[in-house]
Amino acid sequence: MYFCFEHHVAESLPKTHFVKSGKDMKKELKIFDNPRNVQRLLIGFYLSLAMLLASEFFIHKHASYPWENFFGFFGVYGFVSCVLLIFLAKGLRLIVMRKEDYYDT
Amino acid sequence: MIPSVLTPALVLILGALLVVFFRGRAKSAYLLLLPVLVGCLMLTFPQGKIITAQFWGYDLVFLRVDKLSMIFGTIFCIMTFLGVLFALQVKDDMQHVAALIYAGSTLGVVYAGDFLTLYIFWEIMAVSSTFLILASRTKEAKNAGYRYILMHIVGGLFLLAGILIYAQANSSLEFNYIGLNGLDSWLIFIGFALNAAAIPLHAWLPDAYPMGTPTSTVFLSAFTTKSAVYLMARCFPGAEPLIWIGAIMVFVPIFYAVLENDIRRVLAYSLLNQVGFMLCGIGIGTALALNGAVAHAFCHILYKALLFMAAGSVLHMTGKIKCTEIGGLYKTMPLTCLFCIVGAASISAFPLFSGFVSKSMIVSASAHEKMALVWLVLQFASAGVFHHAGIKVPFFTFFGHDSGIRTKEPPWNMLLAMGIAAFLCVFIGVYPAPLYSMLPFPVDYVPYTGAHVVGQLQLLMFGALAFALLILSGYYPPEIRSANLDVDWFYRVFFGRFLYPVLDKSLNGLNAMAEKRVLGIVGAGGKVLQGFITRVLLFFSVNAWMLMGYRGKRLELKKHKLYTDVQAGTLPVGLGAAISTLFIVLVYMIT
Repeated sequence: MYFCFEHHVAESLPKTHFVKSGKDMKKELKIFDNPRNVQRLLIGFYLSLAMLLASEFFIHKHASYPWENFFGFFGVYGFVSCVLLIFLAKGLRLIVMRKEDYYDT
Repeated sequence: MIPSVLTPALVLILGALLVVFFRGRAKSAYLLLLPVLVGCLMLTFPQGKIITAQFWGYDLVFLRVDKLSMIFGTIFCIMTFLGVLFALQVKDDMQHVAALIYAGSTLGVVYAGDFLTLYIFWEIMAVSSTFLILASRTKEAKNAGYRYILMHIVGGLFLLAGILIYAQANSSLEFNYIGLNGLDSWLIFIGFALNAAAIPLHAWLPDAYPMGTPTSTVFLSAFTTKSAVYLMARCFPGAEPLIWIGAIMVFVPIFYAVLENDIRRVLAYSLLNQVGFMLCGIGIGTALALNGAVAHAFCHILYKALLFMAAGSVLHMTGKIKCTEIGGLYKTMPLTCLFCIVGAASISAFPLFSGFVSKSMIVSASAHEKMALVWLVLQFASAGVFHHAGIKVPFFTFFGHDSGIRTKEPPWNMLLAMGIAAFLCVFIGVYPAPLYSMLPFPVDYVPYTGAHVVGQLQLLMFGALAFALLILSGYYPPEIRSANLDVDWFYRVFFGRFLYPVLDKSLNGLNAMAEKRVLGIVGAGGKVLQGFITRVLLFFSVNAWMLMGYRGKRLELKKHKLYTDVQAGTLPVGLGAAISTLFIVLVYMIT
């Protein structure tokens, strides 16, 4: 898990290196340092997704296009859009990415 | 009644010049007072052309008040106040002055009813905003500012050429709806499009805006592009090219936004995407679409400023703003994080946030017109916006990997400015009626229907699911320190490295050759001419000196000095001007 991994990294580093004094440490929020909280957040997130799909049964659709009537159209479209976005962006990187100081030299 | 010469533009521009006379708290109070004053002034405006004048037979309208100019005037005024409040701790007076002049000239553009007034404020806007980019005083900012002003000068020239032809054809400088027909309208359109950062004239924006200071970028994000959107809505509603320009603009920049490492450049690309929605709405041109575009500009100014403020706060407190360098800042900047999330939710058009009530008008308008492809692109972009501006910006800044940076919340004025902007974002989202009542056309639109809310939430949340799964599985493209090529490559590299040497060799070679040939002929003529000019000068000068009472030796001395000055070419400019004036006076007296 991504978050757990970060948690271990944060644990393994010497804290005094980052934190100036004990007073500052008390002020810090650490809610996502605990992997269980991240887990809870994700579970809540997945539940809300299910509820969103379920709520489609209770609403009256007034579609402008026929495809809007398919069950979960917007969910699928949003998901596919974002996956497509990421993979196309990765492809774009092959074409447009240069070193950070490209324009300076 | 208002005093007959006070326009919002003048209040801010003249007010800006007095900033340097204030110190400490008085300066803070004065800076905040100016936009408040402008706001009060605007409340007193009746409808219509208020302040007019005559210039060379043309009618000038400094203040045209109707619903369209008022809503933009209002939001620019609010934005000026928020921007000033956010920048209150800045010690550099140059930034305050430039920002106020910039805001003032934008208001001048918005209220201008004729092209001459518009053009003058247009150029003031370009110059003053350049100073906001230069304010960082780094080498990169200097270079970016240079490219920025060059682009805007080019855009200004297009506009000027269009205006001249327009004025000739219509024998009037006043403007309203123009529409795309004929050369003049296209030239004006290109001038506006450059300021709106319409693709492919957009590259100056992501190039220059991230170079500003933490506070100046907030101003930059609000004014130039949105005043151009206003002009597009006034002059070119329903122009079909705008639909396609808009569709490309909502689509292409989001890929760059995904790849960019600098948070403020991510926001700059998402700015392009949002302006794309507005231009698309203006292109569709129905009452609903235009209302949507204007409402979206209003909301966008607030939440984009809010996001740039959050990024600016991070930069101000940590000195860093790249994804690879920051992360985990929610621990020590929870309030800034919260405000950033409100801005992110607004730009993503979450229900109950401002983007939802404005963007959906544009999307619905495209559906009413049965533009299926445009509709699909807009929906794709809506999911994409949430992806990069809604999730990526807060996630990589405040969560993500812990960068180890421990800092504090920014100063109170920055927090307050963000707080007000965040409040307005939520307020408009929850209760859009006041915004709708300000729109140029009567509004018959209900954003909160069951189908719409569920559809939008599904689109966004399943987009978020994609992000979560890609991050968890490691497929998400890692943030890399890099430069991503954009259209500006053509003038930064192609022109600089390839075209410039070619032009240098050919044109300068031509110059050198011409010089050799022409110099021989001119040189001989020049000698004769020089003697002639000296005699003319002496004739007029001696007359003038005698009038002034010079006699005898002093007159001789003066004559000698003038003679040697002319021969050496070191005549002071003032003397030349004085003599030409005298010449004109003499001519008048003789004729």
